[in-house]
Amino acid sequence: MSSPTEVSPLYQVLDAPAEPGAPPASPLPTPDLLRLYRGMVRIRTVDSRMLNLQRQGRIGFYGTATGEEAAVVGSGCAFEPRDWIFPALRQGGIALLRDYPLDLYVAQCVGNSADLLRGRQMPCHYSDRRIHFVSWSSVIATQLPHAVGAAMAARLRRDPVVCGAYLGDGATSEGDFHVAMNFAGVYRAPVVFVCQNNQFAISVPIERQTASAGIAVKAAAYGFEGVRVDGNDVLACYLATRKAVDKARAGGGPTLVEAVTYRRGGHSSSDDPSRYRDERVTEEWARRDPILRFRRWLEARGLWNDPEEERFQTEVKSAVDEAIRRVEAAPPVDPGSMFEDVFAEMPAQLRAQRREALGE
Amino acid sequence: MAILTVLQAVNAALKQEMRRDDRVVVLGEDVGKNGGVFRATEGLYDEFGSDRVLDTPLAESGIIGTAIGMALYGLRPVPEIQFLDFIYPAFDQIVNELAKFRYRSGGQYPAPVVIRSPYGGGIRGGHYHSQSSEAYFAHTPGLKVVIPSTPYDAKGLLASAIRDEDPVLFLEPKRIYRTVKAEVPDTEYTVPIGVARIAREGRSCSIFCYGAMVHVALEAAEKAKEKGTEVEVVDLRSLVPLDEEAVLASVRKTGRAVVLYEAPRTGGFGAEISALIAERALEYLEAPIVRVAGFDTPFPYTLEHVYMPDARRVLAAVDRVMNF
Repeated sequence: MSSPTEVSPLYQVLDAPAEPGAPPASPLPTPDLLRLYRGMVRIRTVDSRMLNLQRQGRIGFYGTATGEEAAVVGSGCAFEPRDWIFPALRQGGIALLRDYPLDLYVAQCVGNSADLLRGRQMPCHYSDRRIHFVSWSSVIATQLPHAVGAAMAARLRRDPVVCGAYLGDGATSEGDFHVAMNFAGVYRAPVVFVCQNNQFAISVPIERQTASAGIAVKAAAYGFEGVRVDGNDVLACYLATRKAVDKARAGGGPTLVEAVTYRRGGHSSSDDPSRYRDERVTEEWARRDPILRFRRWLEARGLWNDPEEERFQTEVKSAVDEAIRRVEAAPPVDPGSMFEDVFAEMPAQLRAQRREALGE
Repeated sequence: MAILTVLQAVNAALKQEMRRDDRVVVLGEDVGKNGGVFRATEGLYDEFGSDRVLDTPLAESGIIGTAIGMALYGLRPVPEIQFLDFIYPAFDQIVNELAKFRYRSGGQYPAPVVIRSPYGGGIRGGHYHSQSSEAYFAHTPGLKVVIPSTPYDAKGLLASAIRDEDPVLFLEPKRIYRTVKAEVPDTEYTVPIGVARIAREGRSCSIFCYGAMVHVALEAAEKAKEKGTEVEVVDLRSLVPLDEEAVLASVRKTGRAVVLYEAPRTGGFGAEISALIAERALEYLEAPIVRVAGFDTPFPYTLEHVYMPDARRVLAAVDRVMNF
């Protein structure tokens, strides 16, 4: 058990020393390794293209996961398709891992008639029931009790389903985080909390969120395990989360996984981090880039090379561009749709208000 | 038929719906072994077990937050908030999450949660066991607000709420939990949400009310009759959706409206009723609309009898609209 005042060591895989004389062992089959790598490259490419769209005024807002791709993809791949994901702002890449079409990803940000959410949420609030990717609000930590409740329901229905509850470091200050951790502990719910500790909640650093030594240690107070992982080591993120998911599915209760990483960009397209932090630190973190680190690891084992890289990047870029082209060609949302889905059936008051809005 | 109190009718509805549908689960503080502090959930734990009747940790936002997750997954949770005064820690989960889930997900994730909560004054409960804060919730798109005033409606409306596809805040007037008794069918039935009830017919003036105030209105109506005034009492039963046509039809008939609610007067739901009448039935009014409500003070403890609307105040309002 780690002490509240002493930071526990990071779990790492990529930089772990090999046994002397032994060939470098691979913890996963090659297709799984490549899925992790491609997943990270895909998000970075998509993020860069979407941020450009925002800068051009074609979407209203965007939040990237730049520098945090290992935490997103490593943990995200550890869940199975039947598991439910309760995301926060930077987990759109997990939807893509679960075969969420790029068109829907782009359409959610554009908010026109191609959008599954009918233009009702700001960009980056992806949700798609078919891939068990649940809708979330911009209020921090509120999705965490939902994840616990869904996990309790899955167990009641005898479904072998695990819920992934995602949060950032700032969320650990919210009441709903503690409430969710407490309920999860008391009911031993099949839920895995994944905290992407990227060191900042907009401008406020982790030291102003908590006096505890990291976040994983907080799990002890709720009666379950917390693990602290190098969030820029995709294999560590995958293996630690996988272990937690397997444990939850087997009835072993919840786990809190803290992926220690760094938010290299602004909080969102509306943020300028140079106002509140020393960007030399950002440059240091860029040297520990999760994609480059894993690429070197794969290349050292002959599993990836420059032509593969070039081919894959070109493929993703053109897929994103095609998706953008198709989505932007779709018409805007129908104004009358604003009154739908408030209730299962539209009450008389809303029917009257719709007539008023449409000038009928 | 059996003679049931409002409380026993609530309990009967819960049992009926839990037997009918194994997706229905009950959760909250003390709802399990203890059967709830008012005994509304008595017997459920023994019959349905700890899987479906959950004693939760003491955290209202957790009760509602986990209930939302259960509903997203496909259950029909019926969380209890022990007193409506304790609901505010869950306010964000209710207004920002529960009420908006269907909408914000483009219809993909309905969240059919029924929040039951005893509310209202008249039991010497002071600031924190007496509030009537329905207006906060009626102001939230996506949330239905239902309030029974009789044992028959308590059973029938709660059954409807549990079968409803949308989230419902089901407010139980605790002042009449045990004092109002009536015949309630043993058999299954529902009362539709969004339909008002004429609790007493009259042609002289209308009183619009809900919850425990229905009985205050009926008492006042009986006294008014001695002076030859025929008061109509309209029990709204559901604030959202509101049966506007029932309100307007009654005003068109009587030409006089008293709006009665025990919440603080300013911004209370009765203001919405007043505005509705003023906007759509002004030409029928023989007198200005008069509101009888709680006062704009925190709910008092020892001076509760001064704060709560009673038959005397309602009669004074009836006199005002009759003698304008």
